[in-house]
Amino acid sequence: MDAVLFLVFAAIAVACGISVVVQRHPITSAISLIGVMGALAVLYLLLGAEFLAAVQVVVYAGAIMVLFIFVIMLLNAGVEPPGGRSWPVRLLGLPMLVILVGLLSFVIRRVFAGGEEVRFGAFTKGGPREIGRLLFTDYLLPFEVTSVLILVAILGAVVLARKEID
Amino acid sequence: MPASYIPPWEDLLRVLPEIVLTVGGTIAMVLEPLLRPEKKRRLGWLALAALLVALWATAVAHVFAGPAFRAMIIVDGFATFFRALVIVVGALAVLCSLNYLERERADSGEYYALVLFSVVGQCLMAASNELIMIFIGLEISSISTYVLAGYLRDDVRNNESAIKYFLLGSFATAFLLYGIAWIYGLTGSTDLSEIRRVLANPELAPAGALVGVSAALMFVGFAFKVSAAPFQIWTPDVYQGAPAPVTAFMSAGPKAAAFAIFLRVYMTAFEPVASRWEPVVWLSALATMLVGNFAALVQNNLKRLLAYSSIAHAGYVMVAVTAHSEIGTAAAMFYLVAYAFMNVGAFAVVTHFARERERYVNVDDLAGLAQRQPVTAALFALFLLSLIGIPLTGGFFGKFYIFKAALEANLYWLTGIGLLNSALAAYYYLRIIVVMYFHEPGEAAATLAPPAPALKVALWSSAVATLVLGVFPSLVLDFAGKSATLAR
Repeated sequence: MDAVLFLVFAAIAVACGISVVVQRHPITSAISLIGVMGALAVLYLLLGAEFLAAVQVVVYAGAIMVLFIFVIMLLNAGVEPPGGRSWPVRLLGLPMLVILVGLLSFVIRRVFAGGEEVRFGAFTKGGPREIGRLLFTDYLLPFEVTSVLILVAILGAVVLARKEID
Repeated sequence: MPASYIPPWEDLLRVLPEIVLTVGGTIAMVLEPLLRPEKKRRLGWLALAALLVALWATAVAHVFAGPAFRAMIIVDGFATFFRALVIVVGALAVLCSLNYLERERADSGEYYALVLFSVVGQCLMAASNELIMIFIGLEISSISTYVLAGYLRDDVRNNESAIKYFLLGSFATAFLLYGIAWIYGLTGSTDLSEIRRVLANPELAPAGALVGVSAALMFVGFAFKVSAAPFQIWTPDVYQGAPAPVTAFMSAGPKAAAFAIFLRVYMTAFEPVASRWEPVVWLSALATMLVGNFAALVQNNLKRLLAYSSIAHAGYVMVAVTAHSEIGTAAAMFYLVAYAFMNVGAFAVVTHFARERERYVNVDDLAGLAQRQPVTAALFALFLLSLIGIPLTGGFFGKFYIFKAALEANLYWLTGIGLLNSALAAYYYLRIIVVMYFHEPGEAAATLAPPAPALKVALWSSAVATLVLGVFPSLVLDFAGKSATLAR
């Protein structure tokens, strides 16, 4: 049952991920991204990280995607014109991707041949209490410093979006 | 459950430079709308003051050396060294920017706030001993630099520079993050010392191939940030398009901080598998030197030429990383200091010479500068000679220590090719000096106003630092040598 659920949602995530890249209209890409995030949230839930799963849905699939779609609509971005890729990219892109994925899966299969299986439900420390405690003890500094990162991003947006330099 | 969630005061003192800079940046940001346009320049002085206080705070933090915030960061000699370096680079960049922004009528508090925040990120990178902290520090530094590169947003060259830097930079950071995820999955920790302990223990160590994948992914991210081949392609376009003082800043500060985390990760966490990554870094060092120097030979745009030269210099530092010894680390640290001063100095001259809208940025425009402004020309010549590596300048001892460390690590081929490269590099630096001294003054040199006081301070302090490093290298090298032993 675990494996079936995992395979189904992993497949949905990968399929939506490919769709994000190949879609020609930005809105369709954005909708596909919601699919990726939703499927990821289910995977988190299966692993026992229920708080992360909820955050994934509320923050990413909800708030951030709404902003994405707002921006796309504000910019009135239309369908991406076909072509525009140079010939080495067209010729080599797909084969190189296949080689990379093949190599990675080969390495993982060989190395983890005798590894232990993940049992869903074995991990139960993914609740808000545990995460909150970690954020305010071990990860206090990264948590605080992230606010500088966000401040810089806001400042950058203001600088680049203002009307003109006086 | 811990007794108190409030961190001890020593921990706060250990991040004092970051606190000072963040407060300074926030004040600059808040004051910006309250000041009349002609008074915005004062925010530049505020930023400079914040940087000087942060330099003092770095010394205070060093007195309380040790790990802080559950070993997220560690204040050791290495951290203090790089913190001081990036703060000084930030101060020099602010000095170069004051007149530049006034000239472009773009004086505003956000610029200085972004410089301060960028330095916060670089200080965190220098001190972090944990992959999540490294990532957040790198992102703070990078995002502010992306914005700074496109600061004059009505200038198409700025736009090109910022968008290229942003897209390629985010892509490279994604590789770094993927590498971090791999190593966390393999060792169960993001703490560098803990990763090292797991990798060094033959019973716990995960399979070599998997460690190799994660080290390679992280290498992509770091190599991009230090513009090492084959991830250097963005450098010339970004350096050429960005405002000249910003180029001065990003060719020295973020690069030094990126080398700091590169050295820390590869000399502590991945040190047990050094024999595996050494050939990769060897190859990258070789390619970086060759690409940088050969491409610089044919450049006519000064900023582009200095961009390729900065790629070549990253190659020399990569030679020191390849040596993976404490002497190599110390040599890299010394080189980054010498490089920061001579490169910021050279870009300060470019800032001064370029004039409004950066009209004069070609090598030929410099014709006859020595006759019109002998002092400026002499200082530029000094920076260029130091970039070549002529004795009595900081650049000479920088190269000397790096190649000495490489020889001690039996890297004979790399040393030989590196030396040939520095000889080749002399050509394009000397070409600039020849144009300045032996060509008749052209229109560009004839109409040049004397440098503004703030820029003069930047020029002279870089020149004095370059000379001091060339005459008394032990002042810096002794501290670098003592700090090169990283916490394990």
